[in-house]
Amino acid sequence: MALLEINREECIGCGACVDVCPFGALKLIDDIATVNDQCTACGACLDVCPVEALKLPERPQAKEEGLEAYQGVWTWVEQFQGQASSISWEMLGQGRKLADQRKTTLTACLLGHQVEPIAKEAIFYGADRVFWVDDPTLAVYRTQPYANALVSLVRQYKPEIFLLGASSRGRDLAGSVATELYTGLTADCTGLEIDQQSNLLRQTRPAFGGNIMATIICPNYRPQMSTVRHRVFEMPTADKSRQGQIVAVSASMNEGQIASKVLEFITEQGEVNLADAKIIVSGGRGVGGQDGFGPIRELADVLGGAVGSSRAAVDAGWIPYAHQVGQTGRTVRPDLYIACGISGAVQHLAGMGTAKVIVAINKDPEAPIFTMANYGIVGDLFQIVPALTAQFRKKLHK
Amino acid sequence: MNIIVCIKQVPDTTEVKINPETGTLIREGVPSIVNPFDMYAIEEGLRLKEQFGGKVTVVSMGPPQAKEALKEAVAMGADEAVLLSDRAFAGSDTWATAYTLSQAIRKLGQFDVILCGKQAIDGDTGQVGPGIARQLGITQLTYVFKILKLDPQSRALVVERLLEEGREVVEAQLPALLTVVKDINQPRYPTFLGIRRATKLDIPVWGAADLPETDAGKLGLKGSPTQVVKVFSPPKREGTVVLIQAETVDEAAAALADRLLAEKVI
Repeated sequence: MALLEINREECIGCGACVDVCPFGALKLIDDIATVNDQCTACGACLDVCPVEALKLPERPQAKEEGLEAYQGVWTWVEQFQGQASSISWEMLGQGRKLADQRKTTLTACLLGHQVEPIAKEAIFYGADRVFWVDDPTLAVYRTQPYANALVSLVRQYKPEIFLLGASSRGRDLAGSVATELYTGLTADCTGLEIDQQSNLLRQTRPAFGGNIMATIICPNYRPQMSTVRHRVFEMPTADKSRQGQIVAVSASMNEGQIASKVLEFITEQGEVNLADAKIIVSGGRGVGGQDGFGPIRELADVLGGAVGSSRAAVDAGWIPYAHQVGQTGRTVRPDLYIACGISGAVQHLAGMGTAKVIVAINKDPEAPIFTMANYGIVGDLFQIVPALTAQFRKKLHK
Repeated sequence: MNIIVCIKQVPDTTEVKINPETGTLIREGVPSIVNPFDMYAIEEGLRLKEQFGGKVTVVSMGPPQAKEALKEAVAMGADEAVLLSDRAFAGSDTWATAYTLSQAIRKLGQFDVILCGKQAIDGDTGQVGPGIARQLGITQLTYVFKILKLDPQSRALVVERLLEEGREVVEAQLPALLTVVKDINQPRYPTFLGIRRATKLDIPVWGAADLPETDAGKLGLKGSPTQVVKVFSPPKREGTVVLIQAETVDEAAAALADRLLAEKVI
């Protein structure tokens, strides 16, 4: 199914394309480049071919005329039980920069019930305008009424760029909205910038378990939509003197039209949200059992952090899956990640490799986690972790 | 009960190595596997069938060798399988993929539940599930980690979803699309009989022409709004590890605590 066309007459067999292919889809056979099904049509090879022997099919033209009718940068303000999530403000911070570069306005979309204070906060954090949809049907997040409200706002006001947080709700919502609008959506972005020439949004994201980064554009469809990872963009400072416009909008569905109902929300006591956590203390196989998480939890408590774990500890039944960090768990980006008794399998590193400071505590000096860590102590976590807790208790006066 | 499970064949990304000179992925010899999250979807489908009767159909879109992934699902106990493979599908982004899969699901006829993994480990987007639900106009329930209740008579469904702040219990009506997380079950191994069946089974391959009322402009590269313009290696972590050594554990702990306080990350 490879779309790449190789002109066998032109190919000089230099192998430049083979070296640059991120997917290992190219090979030299009889000194001529050949492509296999691993090709994703990413185009990485086109630029390096010295004789222009490689070609991808022409891209389609715009689906509709008048892309320039789409203007302004929008963000979705996620709230849960009347509290805006921090990622909403991080997006407003980045959205503000994009809007200034495009010399346009920044709009926040706030959906909920009796959440007016958040609308004012959105303005303090950088929004010029807030679309505020207040309705009992929106009190708790549900895909259908939320997606339909956003779809109708987009259809009416035509934003150029629309950012949502890459939280569970954000990814649930964005996938539905982009499908309905027939536009491009790039998941889990860690970089967003405006291309100086084309004015398009360049969206950069990790893929293949963090092994590669891809930059993606959406040239012919609007809005250009992205979900944005937690804690990638800086948290802006609230400016309480900022003025903006709050526009009340009515909901697009009534309760009778909505097919789902949230019956209950269960939170575990004292648990800190991993995605938002500034500090995470994680335990792995080395903690040896359920009780082994005791010292991990104490250290996390003293630091005001969350408890994470490796897959091994979850699979052994020592701690619930919600704590799992890594490829089949959560991707986190804390300021400080303390890995205790975690060897550092690739899957785990994929989930925490972008933490600002990584600390490894492990008996095995050869454990791969030490190659990623900024600081390490080789030794028994059951001695080191309590000692560290005691030190912080003293130094932080707790 | 008609259960459809959408699966994807992915390279085992944990086996992917990076070429240190070029910084690109070495995929030579990297085995292809069923996306791990999809294994949980297959298992959940089989459990629903065991409980309520009916049929499990697995669907995948990909190159011809993706048949292997479908065979694995059949070996586990799925009844039928369909592969969507056509040059016209190549270069699909998540929008075009969701469109193509929904067109195939429409062709399969009446269904009660569609199951998907929460995301694929190569693309990591989690967008195709919601995309299919929207295309088909059915309820979507993402990040499901427990089906608490399913009543085929009243068609009521109650699930628990895993969100950042905790677990949400949601009630909905069939038909619905569920994307599942790892914790939902423990996928079974293929059985001997299943493997024999899978070996013999002739898996139908559908191309664009086999999908009724399909807009060719919405398929493959042509139908994909997004475009990859650059692929590169992620920036490496700088520096090497500072190993803290001291006479006693307390001294080492104190030294580490001071370092971390100096980093201003606490």
